[in-house]
Amino acid sequence: MEVGWWGVLIAVLGGAIRIGTPFLFVSLGECLTEKSGRINLGLEGTLVMGAMTGYAISLHSGSPWLGVLCAGLAGAVLGALHSWLCSYQRVNDIAVGIAMMLFGTGLAFFLGKPYIQPSAPRLPSIDLGGWSNVPQLTAALQINALFLIGIVVAITLGWILKNTSWGLKVRVVGESADAARALGLPVDRIRILSTAQGGFLAGIGGSYLSLYYPFNWSEGLSSGQGLMAVALVIFARWQPLACLWVSLLWGGAAALGPSLQSVGITYGYYIFNAIPYIMTLAVMIITCSPRRSLVGVPHELTVTR
Amino acid sequence: MTNTVPPDLEVLGMTKRFGPLVALKDVNFRLRPGRFHALLGENGAGKSTLVKCIMGYYHPDEGKILLDQQQATVRNPRDAQTLGIGMVYQQFTLIPNMTVLENLVISKAKLNPLINWLEEEHQLTQFMEKMPFKVSLAAHVSSLAAGEKQKVEILKQLFLQNRILILDEPTSVLTPQEADEVLGHLRAMTQAQRLSVLIITHKLREVVAFADEVTVLRKGQFVGSGLVSDLKVSQMAEMMVGSEVTTKPKERSAPPTKTPKLAIHDLRVHDDAGVEAVRGLHVTIHSGEIVGIAGVSGNGQRELVEVLAGQRQAIAGKILVQGMPFEPTRKQIMRHKIYCLPEEPLQNTCVVHMSLAENLAFRNFDLEPHSMGGWLINRPALRRSAHGLIERYNIKPPYPDTPIQSLSGGNVQRAVLARELSAEVEILIVANPCFGLDFLATEEIRLQIVAARNRGTAVLLVSEDLDEILELADRTVVMFNGQLVYETTSSGADLALIGRHMTGHAV
Repeated sequence: MEVGWWGVLIAVLGGAIRIGTPFLFVSLGECLTEKSGRINLGLEGTLVMGAMTGYAISLHSGSPWLGVLCAGLAGAVLGALHSWLCSYQRVNDIAVGIAMMLFGTGLAFFLGKPYIQPSAPRLPSIDLGGWSNVPQLTAALQINALFLIGIVVAITLGWILKNTSWGLKVRVVGESADAARALGLPVDRIRILSTAQGGFLAGIGGSYLSLYYPFNWSEGLSSGQGLMAVALVIFARWQPLACLWVSLLWGGAAALGPSLQSVGITYGYYIFNAIPYIMTLAVMIITCSPRRSLVGVPHELTVTR
Repeated sequence: MTNTVPPDLEVLGMTKRFGPLVALKDVNFRLRPGRFHALLGENGAGKSTLVKCIMGYYHPDEGKILLDQQQATVRNPRDAQTLGIGMVYQQFTLIPNMTVLENLVISKAKLNPLINWLEEEHQLTQFMEKMPFKVSLAAHVSSLAAGEKQKVEILKQLFLQNRILILDEPTSVLTPQEADEVLGHLRAMTQAQRLSVLIITHKLREVVAFADEVTVLRKGQFVGSGLVSDLKVSQMAEMMVGSEVTTKPKERSAPPTKTPKLAIHDLRVHDDAGVEAVRGLHVTIHSGEIVGIAGVSGNGQRELVEVLAGQRQAIAGKILVQGMPFEPTRKQIMRHKIYCLPEEPLQNTCVVHMSLAENLAFRNFDLEPHSMGGWLINRPALRRSAHGLIERYNIKPPYPDTPIQSLSGGNVQRAVLARELSAEVEILIVANPCFGLDFLATEEIRLQIVAARNRGTAVLLVSEDLDEILELADRTVVMFNGQLVYETTSSGADLALIGRHMTGHAV
């Protein structure tokens, strides 16, 4: 059967899932954090730290899933550190975020030196394309369980924010710290918990990078997913389920270059690879307007005040 | 809501100090069950301090609170709520991005971990049916007018089953009709013995119309109290300020001229959400004339003022200043001498961390004598000018180096007015200039505005206080839904007709 241009589409869809999964986790983490009224730029560092932790634990214990869990925990610790620092008066969350980003990546590189060479056990994938005899489709439908978990997390997170008292409290704190205090809510504690939970998700996103795709541990592993998550969340209008579609979109954009290469189109390879970054830039420009404010933005976010 | 009478609240010998400042000194106060009690006093008289002590926001240095003759401990607002005392603040504490339903549910002391929205909605619909006024539960708070927000704040307190309701200047953001409606409902509930109300206000009209009892504070001390029916307005005003006061009629030197200074043609402006807030507005203001724009807040007034102040871009329309198209650049503002006192001046036109002197010089820091050659700031000259303005406009505390954010609301207002009027002014835009100010400050600021008019300035006065507009303006126009819908000379104004146009109910 001739696949041809269909192959590009299939490869892009498969890539959307494969490359989009870490975007999904990081953006869900960022979404939760921002809902509580803080921006955590440190998620880039959290991602790298999660990747390193996941890889190292998987190597030592032989269980990649234990690695994923520990990556999440490492992310939660970094998130808690970020929001604990921010809970001091006059501490700016953006500045702390940049510091945490450098701290996270630096710590991961320092602790991760011994893990560049050895090969850790990989996260298994689920074969959903067994029915097909088109090799491209079979490859594209090799899906990691983390992607499915991510879908569940996205749906659950949206539901929690809407239907539980915890979710409502997070939103109140993100909309108006003054109103939250008037209601007697512990603003700092809620933010610390939200940021730590956000860090947990970002850490898992990192472990996906090192334990599934691209599946190695090196210093160049992350390509800015943690930072782009901020733009993704804006594009998703702070809705967890929208984070899923936006992550797939970014993943697909990132897969465009390699997919075209697979059908022999090699010109403009680097331009195609730059598409996710160009999209990020475009989102930031398009959503900024002096004439109107963003719909759905939590009012406590410092960048919007 | 239970049917017992509200508790009897008594405050005995309350003293509160902030460092060397004595904000409250040995104040006694009693709110009898089912009474509508007004707490009167100038700014800084200690009214807010007193109620914040009752609410547990502040911890008094001396004194105690009795509820039904039993001593009550109030460590924080949560404690006050358990005792059935609730407060509606001057600033809204609702969350704009959430619905009325969500706002009411989140205020409950005990939230189920899992919220059953259907059940909550059902309960609240039933609760609303028993209330004298209604607000749509599904509405987003950001889409509500000020009056409706105020109603939600009150509904929230009633929903929490509070039996004593404290309101801090609740009508300052409402139209007269809205204020009368809200206060009327509260009064009916006190007469039915369902509620006791303590209201902080400057508006004697409301005290006379709605309150049973009044307590007056001055400089942190108890001055007097009594039944409203036994007191005359002039007596209450005298107790407030400590001397005989009357509203001075504002002298107008001459009728307005026929020289158009500011002409706005078919102006269209978007609000923050990208919705058209000003929809084709036409107005012309002449030299030596005050044009008052009346209207309920949220009908495009803010966007209009922001366009004129250069803080927002119009999407269509023309602004002509003395016949020439106007762009709000610094150069043109200086050439045409068009100045602005927007609402909430501290947030809107001050740099809060800068000193009073620096804030006073924003219009002319780069001109002689404040700067040499247009780039080197002459600080002594800056401070000298500041001293002059501080004295002329009676700004307190009179120190040029204090950060402007430490000034009280009235003094910030005076400082910004001083800055905007410091040079010759051709056109002056003012929005809610006396919002939240006490009697004396209000008088001073209004006199300054009329004085500017008498010097030939064209004044556009945007205000939610209809009394203010009728007192100051030569011509009153009503703004509704982004357009000017009604015009009258202030001398022949028909209040009822204006009110109907403000709410869009005119035929």
